[in-house]
Amino acid sequence: MSKTTFPAALVVAILVGLGVAWGQVESEQFKGKIFHAEPLKPIDSRVSVKVGDTAPDFTLPSITGERVSLSQYRGKKNVVLSFVPAAFTPVCSQQWPGYRMIQDMFDALDATVIGITTDNLPSLFAWTQEMGGIPFPVLSDFWPHGKVSSEYGILRGDGTSERALFVVDKSGVIRYIDVHDINERPPLDRLLQQLEALNKHKTKK
Amino acid sequence: MSKSVRVWSAVAATLLGILIGSSSNAQRVNPPSEGGSFPDIMIPAPSSAEAQKYLGLKAKEKFKVSEIKAELVIFEVFSMYCPHCQREAPSVNELYRLIDGRPDLKGKIKVVGLGAGNNSFEVELFSKKYDIPFPLIPDVDLALHRALGEVRTPYFIAVKLGRGGQSKVIYSKVGSPGDPSQFLDLLLQRSKAL
Repeated sequence: MSKTTFPAALVVAILVGLGVAWGQVESEQFKGKIFHAEPLKPIDSRVSVKVGDTAPDFTLPSITGERVSLSQYRGKKNVVLSFVPAAFTPVCSQQWPGYRMIQDMFDALDATVIGITTDNLPSLFAWTQEMGGIPFPVLSDFWPHGKVSSEYGILRGDGTSERALFVVDKSGVIRYIDVHDINERPPLDRLLQQLEALNKHKTKK
Repeated sequence: MSKSVRVWSAVAATLLGILIGSSSNAQRVNPPSEGGSFPDIMIPAPSSAEAQKYLGLKAKEKFKVSEIKAELVIFEVFSMYCPHCQREAPSVNELYRLIDGRPDLKGKIKVVGLGAGNNSFEVELFSKKYDIPFPLIPDVDLALHRALGEVRTPYFIAVKLGRGGQSKVIYSKVGSPGDPSQFLDLLLQRSKAL
């Protein structure tokens, strides 16, 4: 044990003691419909891609029936891959409605969000319906279980994925990675800044 | 430090931490109750001069509800990310416009949004997206949300202000208050009854 033992243990214990004051704001829409988990280990995997790599391509089934490949956006749109851990959980149930609200900003930045979880399609369908519909592709990485999450190195020990964002530019290259603390929502401003930077870069060329 | 001292200091820190954490839990408050007073909390002032003017605040960093220049204040606790709040936004705007359009109410009833867990960037996005005509105040660290009983969103609280700085909550409920015109009538009735 190091000299930092005392303060570190203090901070951890305060957080444990705080318990319910964990800091989630629940929408009335999800009253009684959301599974409440205790705070989870922030990150439980090791990301296996890095900025500058070509994003591993994949084809996954979407809730609207068609199969969607990352490569179909090549040369057309910037892509925000938004992996979230699980349907019907508190943080996830707000993250995508937030992206829905600023759909026009993503459009203006020549980007599309692709939402991915390791849930099966019927659960994803029911959940997104509960949220009032999601305007971007929502894909299921259920079978082979978590294959795509695994390729990106963000499959957690319990079979869910991390709460992770990957910005992939039009040439298919990863330009930004945020494997976020699973208990928190990633800041929207930082994501938008990344997309703005991509667009500025393109205009300069 | 010997090993036993280190172990004991870690144990002591853990116990102390749990104590601090639990005492915060013990202080967890209930949402404001109708008929009761509004909690005596300091609310961060909105940054825009226009919003400050609307609330009747002058160069303030933080303010109490009793400092708002109004007879009745309607708070909406919302989050940019909350689907119900997004859906409710046009109705709350309508409520604001109903008040604004009545010379007997304009300037006497003020509407304020408190963005639970939202930073200033996020409340600004919400404001722009739904063209919100009243001030939205970010509550990124959830201090206000905690002081208001960690309510689900949207949550509406209407507070009648007395001349002596006293406050009385006349409405405190989670979810949509329904038709804006009927909601305003209800608030006016309750406001008069006091």
